[in-house]
Amino acid sequence: MAKEAVLALRGISKRFGAVQALTDVDLEVLPGEVIALVGDNGAGKSTLVKTIAGVHPIDDGTIEWQGGPVAINRPHDAQDLGIATVYQDLALCDNLDVVANLFLGNEARHAAVLDEIAMEKRAMELLDTLSIRIPSVRIPVASLSGGQRQVVAIARALIGDPKVVILDEPTAALGVEQTAQVLDLVERLRERGLAVILISHNMADVQAVADRVAVLRLGRNNGVFDVATTSHEEVIAAITGASDNAVTRRQARTGTAGLEKEAAK
Amino acid sequence: MSDTVDKERGTETANPEGAAPADGDAVAPGAAPVVDPRLLVREQGFAGYLTDFKRRVRGGELGSLPVILGLIIIAVIFQSLNENFLSAGSVSDIGVYIAGTGIMATGIVFVLLLGEIDLSVGSVAGVGAAVWAVLSVTNGVNDWLSVVIAIFAGLVIGTLHGFFFARVGVPAFVVTLAGFLGWSGLQIWLMGSEGSINTPEGSVVEDLTGYYFEDIAAAYGLAVVSVLAYAAALLVDAKRRRAARLPSRPVSEIVVRTAVMAVVAFVAAYVLNQSRGLPLALVIFLAVLVIADFAVRRTTYGRQIFAVGGNAEAARRAGINVEWVRISVFGIAGMLAAFGGLFIASLSGGATKSLGAGNTLMNVIAAAVIGGTSLFGGRGKIWSALLGILVIQSIQQGLNLLGMASEIQYMITGAVLLAAVVIDSVSRRTQKTAGRT
Ligand SMILES: Nc1ncnc2c1ncn2[C@@H]1O[C@H](COP(=O)(O)OP(=O)(O)O)[C@@H](O)[C@H]1O
Ligand SMILES: [Mg+2]
Repeated sequence: MAKEAVLALRGISKRFGAVQALTDVDLEVLPGEVIALVGDNGAGKSTLVKTIAGVHPIDDGTIEWQGGPVAINRPHDAQDLGIATVYQDLALCDNLDVVANLFLGNEARHAAVLDEIAMEKRAMELLDTLSIRIPSVRIPVASLSGGQRQVVAIARALIGDPKVVILDEPTAALGVEQTAQVLDLVERLRERGLAVILISHNMADVQAVADRVAVLRLGRNNGVFDVATTSHEEVIAAITGASDNAVTRRQARTGTAGLEKEAAK
Repeated sequence: MSDTVDKERGTETANPEGAAPADGDAVAPGAAPVVDPRLLVREQGFAGYLTDFKRRVRGGELGSLPVILGLIIIAVIFQSLNENFLSAGSVSDIGVYIAGTGIMATGIVFVLLLGEIDLSVGSVAGVGAAVWAVLSVTNGVNDWLSVVIAIFAGLVIGTLHGFFFARVGVPAFVVTLAGFLGWSGLQIWLMGSEGSINTPEGSVVEDLTGYYFEDIAAAYGLAVVSVLAYAAALLVDAKRRRAARLPSRPVSEIVVRTAVMAVVAFVAAYVLNQSRGLPLALVIFLAVLVIADFAVRRTTYGRQIFAVGGNAEAARRAGINVEWVRISVFGIAGMLAAFGGLFIASLSGGATKSLGAGNTLMNVIAAAVIGGTSLFGGRGKIWSALLGILVIQSIQQGLNLLGMASEIQYMITGAVLLAAVVIDSVSRRTQKTAGRT
């Protein structure tokens, strides 16, 4: 770990009423790296990224940005630092066109008057550098496919020149072709020197693009692994915790194919 | 990394299959500005305009098409039943009568864009008229000041609706239904023992619908200015887009659009001049439309309205102050309702206890929807207020000329509203299914 972490979480805890969603979680995010965040349903992945994104302020612990402690209490704080989040539900306005969605809340303007030409030009350039294919930047997002919408949502996150991009289950609802398209885009983000936090249920996706995998289990850290040197099984074991459970029992019977399917759920 | 991009670009450009539309070879090589060949950019020239138009219609974006067809059908039917329907006097009357309800419908378009509804605008119009009448006529307050206070009262009332809706979380339907009742109570209370207050000679409110620019230069002048401004806006936009190397409207499309606009403007000016000249009411209504249209389509505020109407959660996450947008939109609707109320008072010769009651509310909402603004939020145009109110007023005018009773008018207007909502729902569905390609 020669590079300095752009974002570091130390001892993060978060409670919702009776649910202790996160307990003492640590996470380091390096520039130019894709770190996958995996864990069972309810492990706290979404909650963790929401604390980083400022949706849920943390109860305990510290967040460090480029070495210094920072407070992230509102989504705006995170955006100002350079943290962009693409949520599971994409948060696009179906009725607006691609350009309007890309710049929503961030419009190019003279006083209060929109500068559509500047926005359209920048949108084309951005989509071009990311090699994103969509039919037109002036059609409503409603008429795009799921993969195209995901790609637009990710491109939207890049408008503010962030340093860290958080993707919550970007491929969960996509077919094979569209998943590949999104993973390609993730790789391009890494090439641009961005740090990417990728939440995924799909070990194949993680294997394909992530550099490291951080495992959450019941709201706690359960290991950080190097993707290149770790097997699926080790990661799965960390996700499920106990060695004797449904997954490992199935694995004993059916081998890794069944295991992957289980993990993909 | 830029290497890979360039390479990909190169192969794409070399491969005409990638260069979108099938009949794209109609474009002379080199004539079109360099655009990303992957994008389904409209072909240059008029053919491109037509294909684009067909694509949109097939995709369910019918826009103003049904209502314009409807207007033509209405004109043909009534004209064939009664030759006075398209007479100068009749058309001029329609131009005056649409102003009040049209301005109110403009406010409703704002609310519909948010995906909400305002059921109180009729009562608010009544309160606006009552406030003006009580201040100016009964209490001798300066006439202009009374008008301003009446409009301001509408703004305050609308803002209050917005507050209960956006801040307290009461559904807009319920808030404005309560307002519908409550404000008409206030209106009756304000009107007090008098019951009705007549508009004095020479007052501002009388002039709202009573004043005509009789010099024929006024109507023609307005037509000239509008057409020139329209053409200039299109040309400047096309030029800036070309300079930015973005796809732009072909000159042929600009010519056609300007020509259509010119025909409409000059025919209208000619007909108005055959009667009493250019009505002040129509000028004010058009001014309201132009300002509102600019605000909605060209400003960040307008973009925020569409965003909240399309996906409020997405808007909130984008840092848009959703509450403020909602409150202000209801404020605008209230303000325009009170302003429209003054026109209605002007037409009917004064403020009454029942001004704005009856079918005013239905006509106003129907106008916005018939004009093509979606009931489902996030889709629509300010100009739909004009088109929709034209449909409704034309039907009323036609049926009046035929001596039909108002119950028939109600039924026909109801049927037209239903047709408009059906078109809205169907086009929404078509858009959804056409999208998933
Ligand atoms: N806003 C919330 N209010 C209450 N409990 C929540 C909230 N968000 C998440 N939780 C709880 O926190 C735990 C972690 O959830 P989440 O972070 O969504 O898990 P994951 O994304 O890993 O599936 C779950 O038990 C969930 O019920
Ligand atoms: Mg989740």
